[in-house]
Amino acid sequence: MTDDNLVLHAWGPWIVPRRVFGNARRLLRTHAFRLAALYFLVFAASVSGVLLFVYWTSADFVERQTEATLDAEITGLAEQYALRGLSGLVQIVAARSAGDRGDGMLYLVTDPSGRPLAGNIAAWPTGVPAYAGRLSFTTEARVKDRIETHPAQGASFIIPGGYRLLVGRDIADATAFRNRVKITLLWAGLVALGVGLLGGTAMSRNLLRRVELVNRTSERVMAGDLSDRVPLDGTSDEFDQLATNLNRMLDQIERLMTAMREVTDDVAHDLKTPLSRMRVRLELALLDPADSSGQTEAIRSAIDEADRLLATFNALLSIAELESGTRPDEGEALDLSEVARSAAELYEPVAEEKGIVLSLATEPGVRIRGSRHLLSQALANLLDNALKYAGGGEIQIRVLRGEGRAALEVSDRGQGIPEADRETVFNRFVRLEPSRSTPGNGLGLSLVRAVVRRHRGIVELADNRPGLRVRLEFPKLAT
Amino acid sequence: MKLLVVEDDRETALYLVKGLSESGYTVDRAGDGREGLFLASSGSYDAIVLDRMLPSMDGLAMLGALRAAGISTPALILSALGSVDDRVKGLRAGGDDYLVKPFAFSELLARLEALLRRGAVTAATTKLRVADLELDLLTRTVRRRDKPIEVLPREFRLLEYLMRNAGHVVTRTMLLEHVWDYHFDPQTNVIDVHVSRLRQKIDKSFDSPLLHTVRGAGYCLRAPEPSAP
Repeated sequence: MTDDNLVLHAWGPWIVPRRVFGNARRLLRTHAFRLAALYFLVFAASVSGVLLFVYWTSADFVERQTEATLDAEITGLAEQYALRGLSGLVQIVAARSAGDRGDGMLYLVTDPSGRPLAGNIAAWPTGVPAYAGRLSFTTEARVKDRIETHPAQGASFIIPGGYRLLVGRDIADATAFRNRVKITLLWAGLVALGVGLLGGTAMSRNLLRRVELVNRTSERVMAGDLSDRVPLDGTSDEFDQLATNLNRMLDQIERLMTAMREVTDDVAHDLKTPLSRMRVRLELALLDPADSSGQTEAIRSAIDEADRLLATFNALLSIAELESGTRPDEGEALDLSEVARSAAELYEPVAEEKGIVLSLATEPGVRIRGSRHLLSQALANLLDNALKYAGGGEIQIRVLRGEGRAALEVSDRGQGIPEADRETVFNRFVRLEPSRSTPGNGLGLSLVRAVVRRHRGIVELADNRPGLRVRLEFPKLAT
Repeated sequence: MKLLVVEDDRETALYLVKGLSESGYTVDRAGDGREGLFLASSGSYDAIVLDRMLPSMDGLAMLGALRAAGISTPALILSALGSVDDRVKGLRAGGDDYLVKPFAFSELLARLEALLRRGAVTAATTKLRVADLELDLLTRTVRRRDKPIEVLPREFRLLEYLMRNAGHVVTRTMLLEHVWDYHFDPQTNVIDVHVSRLRQKIDKSFDSPLLHTVRGAGYCLRAPEPSAP
């Protein structure tokens, strides 16, 4: 484990100072950080764009208002001049300059030498040409007993005869407004970017935290604690779904591991006895080399024992193979009644010899998809069991159909299986007789269940009053 | 009769060679698929006993190459893989019979004999005869000493198989495979009862029995010894 990994473990919602460096370094590498950074960049660009647009439109609006007022004033004055000549112009300028109208309009009419004739500006501003068209200048304004220099915008004209006219507008308020807007928008931008940065960081840390939970669980599972699970936060979002799926996978793995361990234990237990028996017999035969018939007998019984062991192994392997699900699905469409008929025909003479009536009741057209060989084997196992435990009376094989299901039933009139044992009998090596006097390896029903599950079916044990009824159900094929 | 055994496991190979030699066959052994293919390519064998999993060239690949070369020597595949799928794969690859390890030697012997006989039986036969027992494949009737014997359809097929292999041991597994198409051994002695029923029909009212039980191996249908009084 590298130092990096140690730091990785240390990640938590609260940053401990000495881990900051490690965290920062790690943060830069994470997908979550890159996402957050990208998000922040896009966010910052759009916020800046919006704010610039707002600033530009509001500043432009004020400027255009000033322009429009100036234009209207100039047009008005030009009309007056055209109507009433210079004296009219002086008169109207004097009238408009009288008193503070609060609109910041500035007027000045001078004679050709620059001496003011009318207006609210004391003197022709320095540096302003006599005829300049549109221009910017500064003017002195009285604000609460103080003289301030204000920026102004306007236009100057020369009237025939050398007289000069200056029309302008004090734009100190507009400039102040524009500055206020600028500052406001700047602050708004800073706040928005700050929030964006915080949001992005929080988002990436939340993502990281949840990925970390998954990582930590995986590491603990890898270290051998198969019972650990990824915690859910109950939001059923993608992370919860991922966690749920991972947990389900772990459940499945744990179940398989447990099953495997049980099988190994069972195998060890159930195979040890016959092996030691075999060993004892061979050893005994070796003790008396003169007894050749005894030796032959010992060898023969050892071979029989070995055969039984091998048969048990084969059955175990078949079950394991069926349960592992690695074999491709054999998907031949077949008539369940045919399978039942063939098995009934094979077993009927044996049943009769044991004084048991084997009967078959089928419905036509009960078809399923599956392997005839496997289904026959499952049915044969059920019939083997029924013959062993029925103890006379009757065995009935029935093929019937239900709601989209195809069912195969084997019922007998024997002892039956107590309700408490109906689940355990499917486990490997389970035999209900304590004495184990009847031949068999306790794998028959395990194989039946494995075959049925392979066919996506279910197997049920029920009371036949008296006796046992085994019902296999499969998805039915449409006819 | 000359046999080729292709088996990589030394002990199993020795056991096979010894057993088959004692049963009267001339046996050659190959230790891997390549050697097996080389020897079998001569076409001078009557049958091949072939392990499925071999070094250098897998048994099925070897068989495929042999069949592709037009050599149709009957082949019996031995394999530890016993599922239905594996069996089908083996037979598709050109195997004539498939025997799952571990097996009883008597089973192998019976199957080999059946394999060797297969070529000998002419396809055009419509009547099978063993001593005074006669089976008509066209009319699906059985007669002994010209007396008709009623048999069920399955008994007919059982008898047909026994008669086609007359004089040779037929195992229970062979009967399950060929007469019932069941590729597993039920725990119950189902075959014994079927055979004893058939025996009731063909042997009971006659003084010389034809259908014999061979202890530890299976059954054999054969004509009575000519030296019988």
